[in-house]
Amino acid sequence: MQKVGIVGVGWYGFRPNTREVSFREMMFEASTRAYADAGNINPRTDVDTFISCQEDFWEGIAIADEFAPDPLGGAMRPTMTVTGDGLQGILHGVMHILSGLSNVTVVESHAKPSDILTMKEIIDFAYDPIFGRIGAKNVHYLAGLDAVKYMKMRNARREDFAKVVVKNKRNGLKNPRASFASNLTENDVMNRDYVIYPLSDLDIAKFVDGAVVIVLASEEVARKFTDTPIWIEGIYSATDSTLELSSLGEAKYLKIASEKAYEMAKVNKKEIKAAFVDDTYSYKELQHVEALGLSDNAVADLREGEFEEGGKVAVNPLGGLLAEGRPLEVSGLSLLLDAIDYLKEGKAEKAVVASWRGVPTFTGAVAVVSR
Amino acid sequence: MSETPSGTPLKEEDLKKVNTVVYKPKAEYAYSAGQAQSKFLLGLKEKKIIGRKCNKCGRVYVPPRMYCDDCFRPTDEWVEVKDEGIVETVVASFISWTRERMEKPEIVGVIRLFPSSDRDWVFPGLFHRICADFEDVKNMSLFGKKVKAVWRENRVGSIDDIECFEVVK
Amino acid sequence: MRTNLYFRRVAVIGAGLTLFKRRLLETPQELAWEASKKALDEAGLELKDIDCVVIGSAPDAFDGVHMKGEYLSHGSGGIRKMSSRVFVGGATGVMVPITAWYHVASGLCEKVLAVAEEKMSPARPHPQSVFRYIWDPIIEKPLNPNLIWIFAMEMHRYMHVNKITKEEIALVSVKNKKNALDNPYAQAAANITVDDVLKSEVLVWPVQLLDTSPVSDGAAAMVITSEDVARRYTDTPVWIEGVGWTLDNTEWTGRELAYPRYLEHAALMAYKMAGIERPNKEIDVIEPYDPFDYKELHHIEGLKIAKRGEATKLLKEGVFDKDGDIPSSPSGGLLGVGNPIAAAGLMKTISIYWQLKGTAGRMQVKKPVRTGLAQAWGDLMQASTVIVMRN
Repeated sequence: MQKVGIVGVGWYGFRPNTREVSFREMMFEASTRAYADAGNINPRTDVDTFISCQEDFWEGIAIADEFAPDPLGGAMRPTMTVTGDGLQGILHGVMHILSGLSNVTVVESHAKPSDILTMKEIIDFAYDPIFGRIGAKNVHYLAGLDAVKYMKMRNARREDFAKVVVKNKRNGLKNPRASFASNLTENDVMNRDYVIYPLSDLDIAKFVDGAVVIVLASEEVARKFTDTPIWIEGIYSATDSTLELSSLGEAKYLKIASEKAYEMAKVNKKEIKAAFVDDTYSYKELQHVEALGLSDNAVADLREGEFEEGGKVAVNPLGGLLAEGRPLEVSGLSLLLDAIDYLKEGKAEKAVVASWRGVPTFTGAVAVVSR
Repeated sequence: MSETPSGTPLKEEDLKKVNTVVYKPKAEYAYSAGQAQSKFLLGLKEKKIIGRKCNKCGRVYVPPRMYCDDCFRPTDEWVEVKDEGIVETVVASFISWTRERMEKPEIVGVIRLFPSSDRDWVFPGLFHRICADFEDVKNMSLFGKKVKAVWRENRVGSIDDIECFEVVK
Repeated sequence: MRTNLYFRRVAVIGAGLTLFKRRLLETPQELAWEASKKALDEAGLELKDIDCVVIGSAPDAFDGVHMKGEYLSHGSGGIRKMSSRVFVGGATGVMVPITAWYHVASGLCEKVLAVAEEKMSPARPHPQSVFRYIWDPIIEKPLNPNLIWIFAMEMHRYMHVNKITKEEIALVSVKNKKNALDNPYAQAAANITVDDVLKSEVLVWPVQLLDTSPVSDGAAAMVITSEDVARRYTDTPVWIEGVGWTLDNTEWTGRELAYPRYLEHAALMAYKMAGIERPNKEIDVIEPYDPFDYKELHHIEGLKIAKRGEATKLLKEGVFDKDGDIPSSPSGGLLGVGNPIAAAGLMKTISIYWQLKGTAGRMQVKKPVRTGLAQAWGDLMQASTVIVMRN
């Protein structure tokens, strides 16, 4: 695959609430920063297509894409919405560029969960209307079932999940976007009540407001914008469909997506020294690392400290969603931002980014990025 | 082109004979108004229509915007536009938002507020009720007429603070 | 006229539709499956041959499921494959094949199943009520607007600026509903007169009941592949030669509504790709989006098939009839077939596919066709998607 370059990034928020701005103003702030980062480009003349990642029920507006173009500079331009995670939006952006349709594509996503008053009910609304809405008091039930299955498969204990929480929240202390970073011990996590067995409230990423805008450019054009583009070498997504057809305990969707992404990037998994994977629930990080083929038994490797910097592969060295919060569909872009920061600091040559759309979905995207 | 179309049509009465699952979603939001709309709402409380101007292209946004979507830069200053304008278009609705029939039609339309001219393709425009009769809508005499806002006595800072726009001589 | 050789060649090799009706028994997933199965059968492929799935569906509130794309992936074959959903309001129906096009043209996918589905009937108290939430929540919603208001406002402005009467506009409804009599999938086919339109229930003056398309349930699907695959499975592939789309700004209250400038921009993008310089001479058959009768005329002007304000003149001359120079909506359009939002746009694209393939049955237009166009519209007078195909 021809490479696609990330030539500008901008973000705003990453705080529990952002009352000073409406969601449109937040998008404008993030996109202004992205265009400045890309060398002060003017979206009205330098950008070919625009992609926004949002879902109606997160926004509280039916046909949410009506509000997408203006704050990005995409009014009267080819602007569209992909209802998916930001990383899936990047996949579409890569396809715009590789198809020859565009040379420069902007991908954005934003979230204001602080505006949503009935979050649990909305998540419940995503479950199958006939079989899935069982009147569960706790919409995280699917994660609980998945976690228990995983624990059985790997002989894992709650302590292992607590290790992930401790690692990520500590790693987040150096990340300016990590509102929930802190110095905890395993005992702190173990002493909490369950939200849903085996997960405590610390095992579940909190929601956070934020907007991220990424400027992509084709290989030929990328160097006009910056001397240090970050390259996307491979990217793919997959869905394991709905509960009836998918398998609990493993993240097949990432297995399928990563195999394709590695093939596109012509990369050997062993070359990857840093991974930025969805950790909305602590156990998910382990499941995802295995699905990405970076570890055969994530629990064993975690116990050996292989996921810290200097180990086999640094997993979420900048904190992940447990430290930064989960900004709904921006989550994949949040992990991508972490990967970009990490690569720009020179800490690794290649990294893999993997997103997941949260319960009750079995959908994720994988990207291989390099410096 | 394929053979027989698939799909089982039902009449409304049939709904009683098949299995249906009823669900009422609970979706409540507290939309952040942000800077621009907050100022606009506060202005309405004082019988003012506040807009925002981009000095580069001269465009006045009503309701106000903190950024200009043509120039892609922040807008520069708050401006007060007149609460008078020209009727761009007007319609008479006999159905409510739940598709129920209404006896007396609701008259709504788009008003191009001053300062602006009829040669402008983009202008400060407001969608609101227009105080008029169905006949005036039907014979299209309202197009191009000058109208002025009728403000309510008790205003709270909402678009509803204007009762309607009525024709002035 | 040049055909585009700059992009990888992408073709449509199969398509399927379900019945379009006010209320169908099937669940959204079942509808998606019915349409997908038909499309795969025509293409001669099975689900395991497909590598990527593209789904299109408009507001989640209709079917009543949040993250509708995930839910629909089950019925659209998106199982252990790349699957995503795109959304541009009503323009989604044509955005779906455009998205499938770039999936293949980028080289990441070879055989794409593109599905559009909409089930509006579950919504209570009436599917209309879902449209209360498309407006700006702070500045517009408190006025309790109804979707038909915005169309009525645009229609009235269009009539005022171009000095057109309701009688002239009603001819589109008459034409399309009559065309739909030959369409086995149609919900609202009928033999009506201009008088019938003018006597029908007044909804939001100037819009009357027979000026509008009905609320519907339905699904549509297409199989879109690379050139090599297409040539293996059929000797009559239909090539996607031009794609274009545009989203105008949100301030519909601050722009001239009588002309869809965003459609012109989208059309020019597609025409450039397809090498079309004189649309009214080089395009043989069109399916412009017609949720309301005046919209077809509005869009014909935006597509530059007719000069501004002149679509009505050509309509009265019979140019857009099934046996005219530029047949428009030979399928019966949304007015005749039904309007399950996203599926409707894909239905129009499929209609062009059938025309170009010669398999439109009784809907086939008389003249020989080489180039066809389908167009969809959406949002608050903002979005348009255009696709140009050739045989």
